[in-house]
Amino acid sequence: MPTKTVEQKERVVVRFAGDSGDGMQLTGDRFTNATAVLGNDLATLPDFPAEIRAPAGTLAGVSAFQIHFASQDIVTPGDAPNVLIAMNPAALQTNLRDLEPNGTLIVNEDAFVDRNLEKAGYASNPLEDGSLDGYRVYRVPMTSITVRATEGMGLTKKEAERSKNMFALGLVSWMYSRPTDVTTKWVEKKFNRKPDILRANLAAFRAGYNFGETTELFAHTYEVKPAPALPGTYRNIAGSTALAWGLVAASVRSGLPIFYSSYPITPASELLHELSRHKNFAVRTLQAEDEIAAIGAALGASFAGQLGVTGTSGPGLDLKQETISLAVALELPLIVVDVQRAGPSTGMPTKTEAADLLAALYGRHGESPLPVVAASTPANCFDTALEAARIAVKYRTPVILLSDTFLGNSSEPWRLPDVDGLPEIDPHFATQVNHDDGFMPYLRDENLARPWAVPGTPGLRHRIGGLEKEDVTGNISYEADNHERMTKLRAAKVAKIADDIPLLEVDDETGDAELLVLGWGSTFGAIRGSVRRTRRSGKKVAHAHLTHLNPWPRNIEEVLRRYRRVLIPEMNTGQLSMLIRARFLLDAESYTKVQGQPILAADMDEQITRRLTR
Amino acid sequence: MTTVGNGGRHGPDGGGKPGSGAPLTLTKKDFASDQEVRWCPGCGDYAILSTFRAFVPELGIPPEQMVFVTGIGCSGRFVYYMDTYGVHGIHGRAPAIATGVATARPDLSVWVVTGDGDALSIGGNHLIHALRRNVNVKILMFNNQIYGLTKGQYSPTSEEGKVTKSTPFGSLDHPFNPVALALGAEASFVARTVDVDRQHLTGVLRRAAAHDGAAFVEIYQNCNVFNDGAFLALTGKESKGLNQIRLEDGEPVKFGPDGARCVAVEFDGTLRIADTADTPEELVYVHDSGHANPAPAFALAHLSSGPTEPTALGVFRDVRRPVYGELMDRQIALATEKLGRGDLGKLLHSGDTWVVEDGGVPTGPLPS
Repeated sequence: MPTKTVEQKERVVVRFAGDSGDGMQLTGDRFTNATAVLGNDLATLPDFPAEIRAPAGTLAGVSAFQIHFASQDIVTPGDAPNVLIAMNPAALQTNLRDLEPNGTLIVNEDAFVDRNLEKAGYASNPLEDGSLDGYRVYRVPMTSITVRATEGMGLTKKEAERSKNMFALGLVSWMYSRPTDVTTKWVEKKFNRKPDILRANLAAFRAGYNFGETTELFAHTYEVKPAPALPGTYRNIAGSTALAWGLVAASVRSGLPIFYSSYPITPASELLHELSRHKNFAVRTLQAEDEIAAIGAALGASFAGQLGVTGTSGPGLDLKQETISLAVALELPLIVVDVQRAGPSTGMPTKTEAADLLAALYGRHGESPLPVVAASTPANCFDTALEAARIAVKYRTPVILLSDTFLGNSSEPWRLPDVDGLPEIDPHFATQVNHDDGFMPYLRDENLARPWAVPGTPGLRHRIGGLEKEDVTGNISYEADNHERMTKLRAAKVAKIADDIPLLEVDDETGDAELLVLGWGSTFGAIRGSVRRTRRSGKKVAHAHLTHLNPWPRNIEEVLRRYRRVLIPEMNTGQLSMLIRARFLLDAESYTKVQGQPILAADMDEQITRRLTR
Repeated sequence: MTTVGNGGRHGPDGGGKPGSGAPLTLTKKDFASDQEVRWCPGCGDYAILSTFRAFVPELGIPPEQMVFVTGIGCSGRFVYYMDTYGVHGIHGRAPAIATGVATARPDLSVWVVTGDGDALSIGGNHLIHALRRNVNVKILMFNNQIYGLTKGQYSPTSEEGKVTKSTPFGSLDHPFNPVALALGAEASFVARTVDVDRQHLTGVLRRAAAHDGAAFVEIYQNCNVFNDGAFLALTGKESKGLNQIRLEDGEPVKFGPDGARCVAVEFDGTLRIADTADTPEELVYVHDSGHANPAPAFALAHLSSGPTEPTALGVFRDVRRPVYGELMDRQIALATEKLGRGDLGKLLHSGDTWVVEDGGVPTGPLPS
């Protein structure tokens, strides 16, 4: 047996692609965990079809999972994969265009039969016709080896074939020197009640690993050293989990039970699934009859003294807007999570976009201001959920929290925070009559927030509603001056939050950047990665990222005016840039991408380089 | 005046039931807010409000333990006239908002006041789902068979052919039968009464309040401006004796002067109105609101095609079913028992984690 050489790599991007029935998400997820435990920095991006079960072998049914791991700090799931694992011709057809030139292509040779080739639109077999000459192609008969490896385990052929993803996982684990025990332990736990399936999965995984080690096909194995990181305990976390846990943390830190009411919608359903598992935190979850009921019940729960939260995506946000405006009038805490997806209408439910910013800010009738925050990375979803809760409770206001499909589904290592160090949230319920003439539900405190008096509190009985209220007393009022005063008070309360949020920070190493890239939301990784990279090649570029979209940090204008040029990349057609231009009469430039895919660091490289080449 | 128990545990963490504890004396004044009542003079809503205020002290629930939730329409103003906690919400959504209040706080007494347009048109979905879930809310639907607040368009309970501002040639819509709709939505309590019959209305309210879970009460309410006299057959001095079919549990259903008419059971199980003299006593329907099967109640709901004919009034159905908020509390208690009280630190550290040790490792992120 020839000795295999070990080659050091700083960074690798691997993409697993196959039919949606091939278990690619699971394979990617397991590879991610082994990689995380090894201590590499990483970022992941799943990409799956909207159809639950598209016809097998078709282009529509292709599901992919990409992971970028490195011995350095990284911030994006990577652009062009170095390695593509294609489980069938359709996966090859849809993913090959992204593979880097001369990249590594590992195909499941068994799947390249006429029927599958035809379904994928291949006139001839790409493994035979020379069309893959620009890549390092490894043809591995994954299905047949898996079937052989699991012989005698009492499985049908179909069941045996289903383990081929574990074979692929074993092979790639070997290639990149991933620890096997993480995966083995997981398989043992997952299938401990199905011993046949457990044995088959382990056998397939080992077969894949051994295949790499023993065949002459692969001459190298690669090693990616652990990335330097701050000391601490880490875990890998997806954005949707982080967001749900952030809400749980808000409950723990405020003492307010979470009341999460939601109607199933891609990609926000993950929040409902995750939160419904945590009933032992007194989390109440309600799967409502529709989007409107979902927010209505959440608002009712807030009135009753819990922290009402509802989650949705674009189409649901449209339906909730009337109730959001009621919450603006009632001035009660409420969190509305919008996991944005490509629109308009049903759009592309599993594809990402960040085009609901204007809807969040201005999508309601009348003057209806509210705070808007946006998460920037998967782990940051945790912090942003806490921040949304802090603002909602302190200022008695609905808050819209913007996430998106990309953030919700992708994952990154997260240095776990110390629970006792998380911000405390004081619900500060009203317990006393606040005025000589009795309880005044709209008598405001120094933050312009009104008292939150919950049912059951003697002496503070009051009625509130969507009709315009008289300042202080909260009684119905149609009086002209009062309406104007209340309109301004509601706006002033939201604007004043700017005193209570961090100033906008700029990543400008040398302080002499000419171009400022201003981002918001999930573009953080692509912008940060590209800014650092282009800076190394001499570009004078800085990065600032907004978490608070309303109100903006106090110093935003000062920061923007510090730079000769401002570039605002967005996954919409220029919503933030329009706002910045309108507000500051400042010639901000817009870079936009609405392809249902995240903005890549490579996109940003080009945009930055183009603007700084003289 | 009634002497009753005070309170019960209250607070945002829920728990407890209203109406227990130290005695408390309540009168109708304790429930009347300082707001001037503003409906059109002669509106049936006045009668309902007055009856409700007179009735509510007997429940023994302190006013701060009560929450009223209303929607849009003339009925929506009800909330401002009760000195309790209250939310005047948006059109049709009161049952949804009340679902949140009642589920978060099973200790509260939660009432929804709504109308035929609010509950059956724009808010139809929320109504049926609140009933299906058996949320602990009492839903009073003032049915005047017209849109009053928007000045006279036909409603989902208006009769076919109704001439209104929006239907000058007559309405083409077939109306809902609200009692049948509630029964179809698996409601555990369904009743019908009329605005001007204080005694009957009080009796129905009493039964609704005593019911554990969702209660749906249709109250025929006269809109003297846009649909005057719609229920005259059931409220007129002369006509009411002829047309009110009173449902009393355990009693054979007879009505009219000297019980001359009755509700007879047909051989196919349906019900019809018959002359008592022509009906064998064993075929006269004996009312049982607790019947496990909703079919008799459904048949009673269909005795008339509208309130211009003999129409059943009273409690159609009153059965026990698990209450939504209590179920949720129980689930939380069970999960807590099984998993232990939630520990945030434990949650964050659950699953695969790894430790980066101090010393020798560069701190601060490196550029990639």
